[in-house]
Amino acid sequence: MANKILAFIEQRSGQIKKSSFEAAKLASSLAEKLNGIAEAITIGNEIQDLPKIGNYGIQKVTHYINKELENYSASAYRNITAKHFTENNFDILIFANTALGKDLAPRVAVKTEAGIAMDCVEFNYNNQEIVVTRPVYAGKSLIDIKITSDKKIFTLRPNVFAAGTPSNNNAEVIQINVDNPNLADRVIELKKAEGKLDVAEADIIVSGGRGLKAPENFKMVEDLAAVLGAATGASRAVVDAGWRPHSEQVGQTGKTVSPSLYIALGISGAIQHLAGMRSSKYIVAINKDKDAPIFQVADYGIVGDVFDVVPALIEELKKVKG
Amino acid sequence: MKIAVCVSHVPDTATKIVIGPDGKSIDPNGVTYVINPYDEFAIEEALKVKEKLGGETVVITLGGEASKETIRKSLAMGIDNAVLLKDENFRDSFSVASALAAEIKNQNAELVFMGKQSVDYDNSIVGQMTAEILGYNCVSVVVDLKIEGNKIIAEREIEGGKEVIETTLPAVITAQKGLNEPRYASLKGIMAAKKKNIEEKQPVAANNKLEILAMKKPAPKQPGKIIGTDASAVPELVRLLKEEAKVI
Repeated sequence: MANKILAFIEQRSGQIKKSSFEAAKLASSLAEKLNGIAEAITIGNEIQDLPKIGNYGIQKVTHYINKELENYSASAYRNITAKHFTENNFDILIFANTALGKDLAPRVAVKTEAGIAMDCVEFNYNNQEIVVTRPVYAGKSLIDIKITSDKKIFTLRPNVFAAGTPSNNNAEVIQINVDNPNLADRVIELKKAEGKLDVAEADIIVSGGRGLKAPENFKMVEDLAAVLGAATGASRAVVDAGWRPHSEQVGQTGKTVSPSLYIALGISGAIQHLAGMRSSKYIVAINKDKDAPIFQVADYGIVGDVFDVVPALIEELKKVKG
Repeated sequence: MKIAVCVSHVPDTATKIVIGPDGKSIDPNGVTYVINPYDEFAIEEALKVKEKLGGETVVITLGGEASKETIRKSLAMGIDNAVLLKDENFRDSFSVASALAAEIKNQNAELVFMGKQSVDYDNSIVGQMTAEILGYNCVSVVVDLKIEGNKIIAEREIEGGKEVIETTLPAVITAQKGLNEPRYASLKGIMAAKKKNIEEKQPVAANNKLEILAMKKPAPKQPGKIIGTDASAVPELVRLLKEEAKVI
């Protein structure tokens, strides 16, 4: 029976990622369910607020520290994580399904001979055995799977598992200095898309499609996103047309997202797009065509012209948000 | 330099998914299969590297007889040789990676391209696993690539930006949309591809570490409310988002 659970806490520029709190919380509730214990591991240089991991039920965090580990290095992070996972006899390792989690988790899995289930959206228990659910075909379908190996690694889709209300318990932080990180690969530059929230992490997404008619009209999408503190997204059609960068594309060959609110402006809702956003908690669609498939998944719809409705929506939200 | 490209044969993204009689996989009847969209970027990059640095390209596919269609497409785009690791059964990512790694080793390829994920199981991990098994470096989700001698500079997409990564050969690179514009196969390429030999092999065995218990459809969404047809519906929409959905 599995009973030692490890949560991987991800940092970027010394800040803990929100989805790592979700991983911490899931690890501690798994420990409760399976009558085990949960700990956390993190890698980096100086990391802010590490004891706060304790707010999500974790008692002990091991921090592997070295200036050279400030940025992600697949080789170094893999070596450290795999060693910690194995030598401390953990049975389960939980990552967030982020760019880093997706890159690192499978490497640790190979190194530690663990089975791995990616992008989980549900955990169930069958006689102490974990059965997870994950989307396939970009969410057009789901599969229930179990890992058959002794060691198990799971990655969690961000925004799906609630981190819950933080408690006031601080975790004990154990620092381990890494003498020689031995980087076979290193980040030599971090190019930030300035001031932009990424669709994969955003709690609210405002997306535009061909109904916006021209690239300059995406100003309207950006304005609405700014009022809401949201990320901007785009349909494949406008990305292929070169109006928006691929990093904004939502859908089967873009990003699969699960925000609490998804606002689709002038998007008709091709099957590939719906697959990528249908698991959003609330969906708002504004589109001229009343038969557009987007209305089949929308919670609230306005069958109307985006050029009429969106400016009014921006004004109304400014009023409400003060 | 020997360059390998791993491609997979997947249902077209426009396909509606119908669960098959086993309750664990899709019903393939009526499904159009295509080359995995991200693998087209992998093929293009392999061809570009070969054009610049010389060498030989080989496409490797793990799959059933039908995958030959996808292999032919790769050959038509300009890949030199092809290997089909023939296996009709379900394999998890680790088992797929083990088979690919064994063949890559056999081919002595020191640069390997594949799509960042296949659009069926969406795991996004076969590249990294293959690299780990081979002991190669790996950069995943790559949108820009430069190779000079033994050195690789690759940009990978992360949340809210890009990481520029420096590493060395041998390496596995997984391709993201944006890396390049895949070429169309020329008529000459298509004709030549028909004559090329696809070497069929038995893939190495590896045990799956995952078991699929069931496949199911996501719960259908309840039909929503159409609030109005113009800007006059906006106050009601904002009220609903605030009071009913509580998301703003």
